[in-house]
Amino acid sequence: MKRFLKRTALAAAVMVLAAFMLTGCGSEDENVIKIGFNIPLTGDIPKVGESSKFAAEMLLEDINSQGGVTVGGKQYKLQFLYEDNESKAESAVNVALKLIDQDGVVAIIGPNSSKQAVPAGGTANENETPMISPWSTNPDTTKDRPWVFRAAFLDPFQGPVAVNFAAKTFGAQTAAVIFDISNDYSKGLAEIFRQEWEKKMGPGSVVAFESHGTKDQDFSAQLTTIIGASPDFIFVPNNYNQVALIVKQAHDLGWQGPFMGSDAWGSAELMQLCGDDCKGQHFSTHYAAAGAKGDTKVFIERYNEKYGYTPDDVAALTWDAARLVLQAIESLDQWPSERSAQRAAIKDALGQIDEFAGVTGTMKFDDQGDPIKCAVVVRISDQGAFEFAESVCP
Amino acid sequence: METGNKLQRNAFALAVISGCVLIILLAQFKVINLYIQSVIMFMGINIMISTSLNLVNGNMGEFSCGHAAFLCVGAYVSSITSVLIMAPNDITGAPFLPPELAVLVFPISVFVGGVVAALAGILVALPSFKTRGDYLAIITIAVNYMVISGIENLSVVGGPRGFMGMKKVVKSMYELADIPWMMIFVALGTIFCVLIIRRYVSSTYGKGVNAICQDEIAAEIMSVNTNKVKLVTFMLSSGLCGMAGGLFAHVVGYVNPQSFNILKSTEAMVMVYLGGMGSLSGAVISAVFFTFLLELLRPLQILKWVIIPFTLVLLMQFRPEGIMGNKELTDVFPKLRKYCRFK
Repeated sequence: MKRFLKRTALAAAVMVLAAFMLTGCGSEDENVIKIGFNIPLTGDIPKVGESSKFAAEMLLEDINSQGGVTVGGKQYKLQFLYEDNESKAESAVNVALKLIDQDGVVAIIGPNSSKQAVPAGGTANENETPMISPWSTNPDTTKDRPWVFRAAFLDPFQGPVAVNFAAKTFGAQTAAVIFDISNDYSKGLAEIFRQEWEKKMGPGSVVAFESHGTKDQDFSAQLTTIIGASPDFIFVPNNYNQVALIVKQAHDLGWQGPFMGSDAWGSAELMQLCGDDCKGQHFSTHYAAAGAKGDTKVFIERYNEKYGYTPDDVAALTWDAARLVLQAIESLDQWPSERSAQRAAIKDALGQIDEFAGVTGTMKFDDQGDPIKCAVVVRISDQGAFEFAESVCP
Repeated sequence: METGNKLQRNAFALAVISGCVLIILLAQFKVINLYIQSVIMFMGINIMISTSLNLVNGNMGEFSCGHAAFLCVGAYVSSITSVLIMAPNDITGAPFLPPELAVLVFPISVFVGGVVAALAGILVALPSFKTRGDYLAIITIAVNYMVISGIENLSVVGGPRGFMGMKKVVKSMYELADIPWMMIFVALGTIFCVLIIRRYVSSTYGKGVNAICQDEIAAEIMSVNTNKVKLVTFMLSSGLCGMAGGLFAHVVGYVNPQSFNILKSTEAMVMVYLGGMGSLSGAVISAVFFTFLLELLRPLQILKWVIIPFTLVLLMQFRPEGIMGNKELTDVFPKLRKYCRFK
């Protein structure tokens, strides 16, 4: 009897699970436009996923409270679907397929890191669904993929921005670099920086080029070498959590000179982790929150009011990426009835956008689907806000 | 009478094969969508990972925590082989062979990945002659780290940026004939892997493996060549995992060293311990269950990582030996014995 019960329970469990799986397939509503978000809500960088989701939620409320998106004189309600890619490559592919094939979205926003954006971009391109990655900087994400776009500028552009700014503002002749060798973003940017700096200042002007691992907590060995080489400043193209440790430890070792950072510094969490040590440092990024004007200011204030912290660059870029898709949809003369035609129309419209005024600056797409836009250099003020210092355009 | 029995004894194998054929047909006629197909393919790959790790951790009683290292070696080697031969790339330029041959080159490259991963398995097998238990566990973790940092520092294969181009090879297969090639190869790989492990465990070597698990010194005294058995077992396990890696790389279309870090190894271990140590059918069931559960709970987002670990805690509390313990399906349902044999 007990055995029978056990087996019945097992069978029931299997059936419940199967039922769960099937509930995903709802009925189709013609008056709804669905956009998917392939974002890391869990895993290594959950804060990035959260920022993306919050920005998207805010946009969704805005649009739907006005009745939806207007295409060809008819209004359509928007629906955003958020799927978690756990910050893993294979999950990002699964999520992309789920959004494309099961949920039937017309466009995908995300994934954010290149590790997921490169494979998911391949999947979106193969299945002919437009995708915009807000944050990925790896050239392979969009290379030879007509259906894939991005909202962030690339590292080959960001490297020279840092070089020129540091040379001018710090009056520096020599530089040192510390980077994360397991992080393709960090390593790529470090190499571009070294190349550009030596082109400008002559061979050997990068006096130290030190690497560390992703999980490292102690950087004193690398920093001692760097400080021993006495550079004019240290370039730190690292994620914000490592930046906090590196800057603090360098100060403990007696380093007084400036640091220059990259867009991965621009997280809402940087100042909580780094505190006073990061004040007065500079980094290049997508937009400056403090002292912003116009739409950007409105965006920042509303986000701050709603969620209680200043939006980081991922939030701003997700906002822009989603608005790019909406602008593309609204520019259509009429909304096609077939889903494949809808997707193709969005792709074509995205490529034809002449000028898009986003919160991270005005931009348009080049042939590869990469944006042509300006970078800003930000100074961390004594209040811990990210203040505008300089704007650099291509 | 004789033929009837034979049919009955092979009924389970026939059921498995017809199940695979059914899935392939459903995929071919687009009854199941690409997302479900991809989940099924990951199930197959996870079955290969968990059964191959089960051979070492379950049957041999060693404690290997770096199984993802071999997945990584297999994924990279097979990707590089297939891309170098079949797709335009930065290293050799134009492809060597016409795209029609992709169907032949792809399984070969997966096999090559397996062979190289098996050779990498020697890295773990040799230290295992002298140490076991916790000490060997540390060596396996070290191997995992070595492989990842090795690849991160090889800029020829992209370093931390990862390696891609496998989709071109896969695409040329689909251009040759529009049938679900990847599903077919994953199904073949999974069946091959489970079959080989079943044969191995029931062979003389397999008896030696079990003897080592019980008591290594006693096994040595009873004339089991423990070093040889360990070497072969480690190589077989890592080789099969390397093949899984080759399939994984071609399904995803992109590999990146950090996809194979210690977390991936932990995932493999969870599948083995969930299924039950030393149970082949347990490893298969738990791989299917685990993949399914991960996908099913995806909409729950953060809550998922509360529910899944909690399920594991509950399972270990009330059934510490895992789903199947060290039993096979035929031990739990004796009537099945009429239809198949697992040992």
